[in-house]
Amino acid sequence: MSMLAYYFGLGWRSLRRNPVLTALMVMAIAFGVAASMITWSVFRVVSGNPIPWKSSQLYNVQIDNRGPQYDNAGHEPPEALNYTDAMALLQAHKAPHQTLLYDVALSVMPEGAHDLPINALGYATNADFFTMFDVPFEYGAPWATSDDDAHAAVAIISDDLNQKLFGGANSVGRNVTLDMRTYRIVGVTAHWDPKPRYYDVFNGMTFADRPPQLYVGFNRAIDLHIATSGRNNCGGAPFHADSPEQWLHRECAWIPFWVELPNEAMKKSYESFITAYSAEQQRAGRFQWAPNVRLRNVTEWLDFEKVVPPESRISLFVSVGFFVICLVNTIGLLLAKFMRRSAEIGVRRALGATRREVYAQFLIEAGAVGLVGGVLGLVITIIGMQGVGLLFDQDIAQLAHVDLSLLLTTLTVSILATVVASFYPTWRAAQVQPAWQLKSN
Amino acid sequence: MQIRPILAALRHHKAGTLLIALQIALTLAIVCNALFIIHERLTRLSQPSGIDEPNLLVIHNGWAGKPQEGEIASLMASDLDTLRKIPGVADVYATNTYPLNNVGIAYGIGHSPDKLKPVTTTAIYLADENALPTLGLKLIAGRNFRPDEIGQIGLHGDTDPSAIIVTSALAKLLFPDGSAVGKVAYISAKPSTIVGVVERMRTPWVDSSLAKWADCSTLIPYRPLTSASQYVVRVQPGQLENVTRHVRAMLYAANRMRVISPKDGVQTFADIRAIAYNSDRGMAILMSAISTILLIITGAGIVGLTSFWVGQRRKQIGVRRALGATRHDILSYFLTENLLIGVGGVVMGGVLAIALNMWLMKQFEMDKLAPGYVLAGVVTLLLLGQGAVLAPALRASNVPPVEATRSV
Repeated sequence: MSMLAYYFGLGWRSLRRNPVLTALMVMAIAFGVAASMITWSVFRVVSGNPIPWKSSQLYNVQIDNRGPQYDNAGHEPPEALNYTDAMALLQAHKAPHQTLLYDVALSVMPEGAHDLPINALGYATNADFFTMFDVPFEYGAPWATSDDDAHAAVAIISDDLNQKLFGGANSVGRNVTLDMRTYRIVGVTAHWDPKPRYYDVFNGMTFADRPPQLYVGFNRAIDLHIATSGRNNCGGAPFHADSPEQWLHRECAWIPFWVELPNEAMKKSYESFITAYSAEQQRAGRFQWAPNVRLRNVTEWLDFEKVVPPESRISLFVSVGFFVICLVNTIGLLLAKFMRRSAEIGVRRALGATRREVYAQFLIEAGAVGLVGGVLGLVITIIGMQGVGLLFDQDIAQLAHVDLSLLLTTLTVSILATVVASFYPTWRAAQVQPAWQLKSN
Repeated sequence: MQIRPILAALRHHKAGTLLIALQIALTLAIVCNALFIIHERLTRLSQPSGIDEPNLLVIHNGWAGKPQEGEIASLMASDLDTLRKIPGVADVYATNTYPLNNVGIAYGIGHSPDKLKPVTTTAIYLADENALPTLGLKLIAGRNFRPDEIGQIGLHGDTDPSAIIVTSALAKLLFPDGSAVGKVAYISAKPSTIVGVVERMRTPWVDSSLAKWADCSTLIPYRPLTSASQYVVRVQPGQLENVTRHVRAMLYAANRMRVISPKDGVQTFADIRAIAYNSDRGMAILMSAISTILLIITGAGIVGLTSFWVGQRRKQIGVRRALGATRHDILSYFLTENLLIGVGGVVMGGVLAIALNMWLMKQFEMDKLAPGYVLAGVVTLLLLGQGAVLAPALRASNVPPVEATRSV
């Protein structure tokens, strides 16, 4: 222990002897690690797994209802289902849990007569949505499957909307007016905002800046002709519709459909079910092409949809490259620094210090540089994080935040990297022959 | 200047030489690709939208409740009327989207109603007879829409206009051999006659993957009867700030049953442009910052290592001086030494830069690195090296010949 203190003392004195060289190393490490950490803080969110405990059991369903003539690259079916297929799969009940959804934007009438109406975004979906995606509840619970079957006018609101409308009180059982229709509130969600929003990449809500504010029954929403506020991809399908019913059954893609399949065997059997379903549609004359279906779990879906923005990858890559150059710089400077002290090393070796002790001394000295660089890097990271909004789109930038794990990573990375960078200079220092240094000069 | 003794000396500190060369190489690889990314992004940033941005603002209006389509028509008419009466407002129209909005409708457009054989994809803008003067679009052939041509379209309605106005880029694609005015094109099952051609109007998307048809826009004569729509307002010069500040309150005073977000319900094109190109500008900033710091660190690293070498070789320098070498000889020795290392570094770096660019091209659909960037990077780094080595080299040239006789 006392040796450790002694080495620290030696290191400190040596670092103070060439303050410019030391400052240079510290700055290089600080900037290198800060640039890497700032870009990493964004990357870790956009590339993260939003539901790691279940991501391999939740599958997005794709069925080709357009045929090869509207082909996307790679014979990919549309990214969502149309109403006909979504309903057919739902009614087949071939998966233990299945959900479907579309984006709705509804105006909410506050109770107070002098308040202005507000716009609330959310989803028309079914009861399984809440259990499949593990939505936490503050009050109440998801509506029942029987409510779906009864086309019930039920709604679930977010804690945020509950705060706005009811001051945060338990509002279960009360009514809410959405687009001039009354719904009974059955539940209030706790804060729930998985990022990326894997279940609604289709509508570009991947990094939406606010969590969904409300959920209403899918069947009820269809009855009321509530239109999707999201994408409706008709890819050249005939546009004309005489009635809302006709419009509903067009070959457009607008309903993301998810199933929960707990094991590989169930996945296989579901895959053959949707293939058989497509084949049946082909026989019936609706599809003039062979079955073309996809089942992708959460991580495969996020990969396929390329949710990580290229900016995030490029900037992380360039920042890490930057850090590597800073380390090469540090190797050079440490080498210069250590070799300048050949005489000192020679004397210490001649007085009985072992190679091992020389190693320890210089590695500790490098570690100290890494530590100081890391602390300065932390400061630059924290300052730099304020500027993330300048670098990325607003909805992505606000995801990046400083937390304990980022701070620890910053320190660990800078110390480890500096110590690794010092291996070669330290090795060179330990090679100094005691006799030579004493003889010459 | 003899190169041979320098090479012999370099052989004695291989590690330091290699480290400097490696640092120069890596810096060159990153800096020229960063410069290239900066240039690419700045080019995108400066692309003109074709509309008169400085005098325009957009209001995002949503109707509260669920008004019927007939109701929306009269609500909208009265809104447009209200807006027109605001002092400082020059013109206004209602639409589904506008350039830089990143949201919109895209159709195939072609010579037959067959949806499978479009000439290109085009963005669809709803417009009325006030759209061209409001946006400040320059009509280069044909005419504007007439008030009696303007239809109305609800959420599920048909878009099969008999008259359309296209951009010159689209006109050229459709009819390369002559004027497009009076000719027929199809965006639906029914024929649409091109009545006018405007010089330029970008599609709503700034995404580079849609760049191929970024200038192919079509205006169709409809007013939107959807519960959410956009009002594009043209103000008289100098009135932008004033109108932007008051317009929301004035619309609410006319009708409370609406939603115009207090945060971004009213936007000038400066705001819209900033949001649309945020990540492009961000990349340019990040790449500039990284390149600058990188060059500083590399320069400082060279200063540090060369200083060490000078310190190490004071005695030898003294010997050379005592044997008749001039100060100039010593100075040019260190400059040449650095130049040799630098040339080694930039050769390695040039190869690395191209390899890195090829990887980026594969991963991120980037363009091929123009040789000019590598050349600029090479010159910058060689100059940086010479500049960085100057101070230590001058110090070396000041070593007196008497140093040869001193021991440490």
